Amino acid sequence: MAKEDVLILAIESSCDETAAAVVKNGREVLSNVINTQIDIHTLYGGVVPEIASRKHIENINPVIEKALTDANVTLDDITAIGVTYGPGLVGALLVGVAEAKAIAFATKKPLVGVHHIEGHISANYVENPTLEPPFAALVVSGGHTHLVMVNDYGKYEIIGRTRDDAAGEAFDKVARAVGLGYPGGPKVDKLAKEGNPHAIKFPQAHVDDSPYDFSFSGIKSAVLNYINECEMKKIEINKANLVASFQNAVVEALVSRAMRLVDERKIKKLAIAGGVASNSALRAAMQEACAERNVEFYSPSPKLCTDNAVMIGSAAYYDYCNGVRHGYDLNAVPNLKLGERI
Amino acid sequence: MRVLAIESSAVTASVAIVTDEVLTAEYTMNYKKTHSQTLLPMIDEICKMTDVDVNSIDTIAVSVGPGSFTGLRIGVATGKGIALATGAKMVEVPTLEAMAYNFYGTGTKQIICSIMDARRSHLYMGMYQFGKDGQLETLHDSDQLSFEEVCEICNKQTAPIVFTGDGIDAAKDYLSEHLSVEYTYAPAHLRTQRAGSVAMAGIVRADKGEYTDAARVKPDYLRPSQAERERAEQHG
Repeated sequence: MAKEDVLILAIESSCDETAAAVVKNGREVLSNVINTQIDIHTLYGGVVPEIASRKHIENINPVIEKALTDANVTLDDITAIGVTYGPGLVGALLVGVAEAKAIAFATKKPLVGVHHIEGHISANYVENPTLEPPFAALVVSGGHTHLVMVNDYGKYEIIGRTRDDAAGEAFDKVARAVGLGYPGGPKVDKLAKEGNPHAIKFPQAHVDDSPYDFSFSGIKSAVLNYINECEMKKIEINKANLVASFQNAVVEALVSRAMRLVDERKIKKLAIAGGVASNSALRAAMQEACAERNVEFYSPSPKLCTDNAVMIGSAAYYDYCNGVRHGYDLNAVPNLKLGERI
Repeated sequence: MRVLAIESSAVTASVAIVTDEVLTAEYTMNYKKTHSQTLLPMIDEICKMTDVDVNSIDTIAVSVGPGSFTGLRIGVATGKGIALATGAKMVEVPTLEAMAYNFYGTGTKQIICSIMDARRSHLYMGMYQFGKDGQLETLHDSDQLSFEEVCEICNKQTAPIVFTGDGIDAAKDYLSEHLSVEYTYAPAHLRTQRAGSVAMAGIVRADKGEYTDAARVKPDYLRPSQAERERAEQHG
């Protein structure tokens, strides 16, 4: 290890994955450990915050220890501790935050609190060594839908956001309505491949005062109404056509706004991030729209789209280099705003 | 032996360092700030004030519950994080037992009934007595009981009872009406959770070799989550 290398031990516990990673110089993954609780929450049809918190406290030490072992380092080799402190489920966040602070205290290493969405965006740095700001980023997950300008490392400008449901939330709700179960995203993606995306026309919701904001509750309600109507009229539903058409409506909403930003600001690079960024239809549509405009398109591989600590380690590295340090009174901030530093 | 004790099961945040037979430092706070904001700064403060290097702590005693789910997790995660970094051993101390240790060494022969408010006319209760050798004996392990059940158990006791804990405020009216045995309420300074008592309970347990691997230390909630309870009811 060169002396100037910066190694971040990163910890992520904002939702239902307990994750830890060691990341070198913001871009190189030395380890990536994720303990997912998905099987437990599937029993309840969604993430139960108290159960998630209970699992985090049981899993956190083994996950961190494995991250160090896999990276073949000890805490002595680590430069700083990075941890997600928001947004997310408060009880879940607090486990990672308390653990990270205690490790930073006991090792006398700097502590860097990281914004979860900034982490998602930073996942793109890990797999694209040449990607540098400025670029546009679309973050789509079960909890978030943000269109963002990354003007510099650690400098974010929010361009658009959802006014109601997150895109991934709409996927989950539609999946539940057609009996696909939880988590909805991958299941909708798979079934949609067998359907016609233009079979049913669902409305494109526009937000009156902002061309960049999203609204997905309208599309979701239209799908639920369609199902109810079919049931009342005793018409059999073609589930594949239904989810393909729904998915198409969501993808169009996402792509059209991203391209509007690209066109208006003459942006040369666009990255996507978050769990929904692993949706194959979204990736294909974005790829195509970017190619038409000669815009470079970046997307993390699916394993870095869903929650992980590598992305937190990358974001923490750039914050660390920018001088961000947090004290032992760092608290979880469940509604932390993008670009905000508390 | 140097013990760091952590207590965050309820409103009180309390940390202590006991070095051999000396209570080196104890810092207890009842203030509106969250445990997330107070607990580690308090540990940092007592270590600095008493020139304690965190690496010289060989045992971490944590009050593991029952109590506030989130509060317990903050205390437990703080202990686990320090243990992960320094290799200190950990001891899980039941919160209600630690409260009984407020009376350790006082020579009292009273039965100590630790009670915490568990809401909805329930208490978390543990019952203890210091034996002839001065060591703690458990008469009733940490439990979640209705006011009525607590009175039933208390009314069977033959020695006078002293109640401790914030459950007194929650159940005082009910207790005074339904208890038929001799009892008192502990004065304010013996009534709250204190990390010094967690440390003493931890030392006794450590002497018996009752350590828990830091990776496996977790809160003892005494109560499944609401979602688990509802699911159990639905599925019989």
